[in-house]
Amino acid sequence: MSTKQALSALSRREALLLAAGATIVAAGGVVLKSGTAHADQKMVDEAVMKLIGDKKPAEGKITLELPQIAENGNTVPVGVTVDSPMTADNYVKVVHLFADGNPAPEVASLHFTPMSGKASASTRIRLAGTQNIVAVAEMSDGSVFRAQQEVKVTIGGCGG
Amino acid sequence: MAKGVKPRVRVPGKAAKGEIIEIKTLISHNMESGRRKGKDGKLIPRSIINKMEVTFNGKPVFTADWHPAISANPYMSFFAKVEESGEFAFKWTDDDGSIYEKTAKITVG
Repeated sequence: MSTKQALSALSRREALLLAAGATIVAAGGVVLKSGTAHADQKMVDEAVMKLIGDKKPAEGKITLELPQIAENGNTVPVGVTVDSPMTADNYVKVVHLFADGNPAPEVASLHFTPMSGKASASTRIRLAGTQNIVAVAEMSDGSVFRAQQEVKVTIGGCGG
Repeated sequence: MAKGVKPRVRVPGKAAKGEIIEIKTLISHNMESGRRKGKDGKLIPRSIINKMEVTFNGKPVFTADWHPAISANPYMSFFAKVEESGEFAFKWTDDDGSIYEKTAKITVG
């Protein structure tokens, strides 16, 4: 066997291994689902209620920066920006991030101050599979905004 | 305490008065979610950094609460409006109570 053939055979084997791994991950997901349920939109709504009360969120003001497709669910870049002048009497107090398909819906809460200058931040998150990312922003005047975006995940994170 | 935790921050050394600067931070940490199984098939207990606080000359600028959905070696970038020279102080709090700290100076004017 030439080196070239050996290499292609190896990559094929690796591809098979990867496929097998993905199946195990998928199977793990199913097991997890029957044991501890994954979050869903209802759980996200409950988590939102817990953090902001029963305020009705409005659309707009929030821009989510997410990839349409994430190859690796272990580290998905996410950026959030809220349109606000960020002055002492008109600023974004907090932005909560949720994921509706992870084992737990909460991802992070980002607390801003007028000293932030700009209500914008980015981080990297784990996603167990294809799902929606929800951002809920609470302003200094008590108004609440919400935005949502779907991310397709090829290989899930969360150690599934 | 998680081993080998090393915080890194990137703050510009100089800025104009009133400028909004971007701050980037990275801290090496496993962020064990508590849902992963070890080689023995048992769940590895949760061990994450759950809070990151940033102040400038003692005043709060930005705080983040992190859940297990934050990736290993957490990265966080955000902004700050600087009106005077001073020092940013960064503080990360681990589940086990450990505190990791870092400071960075900036000259404004």
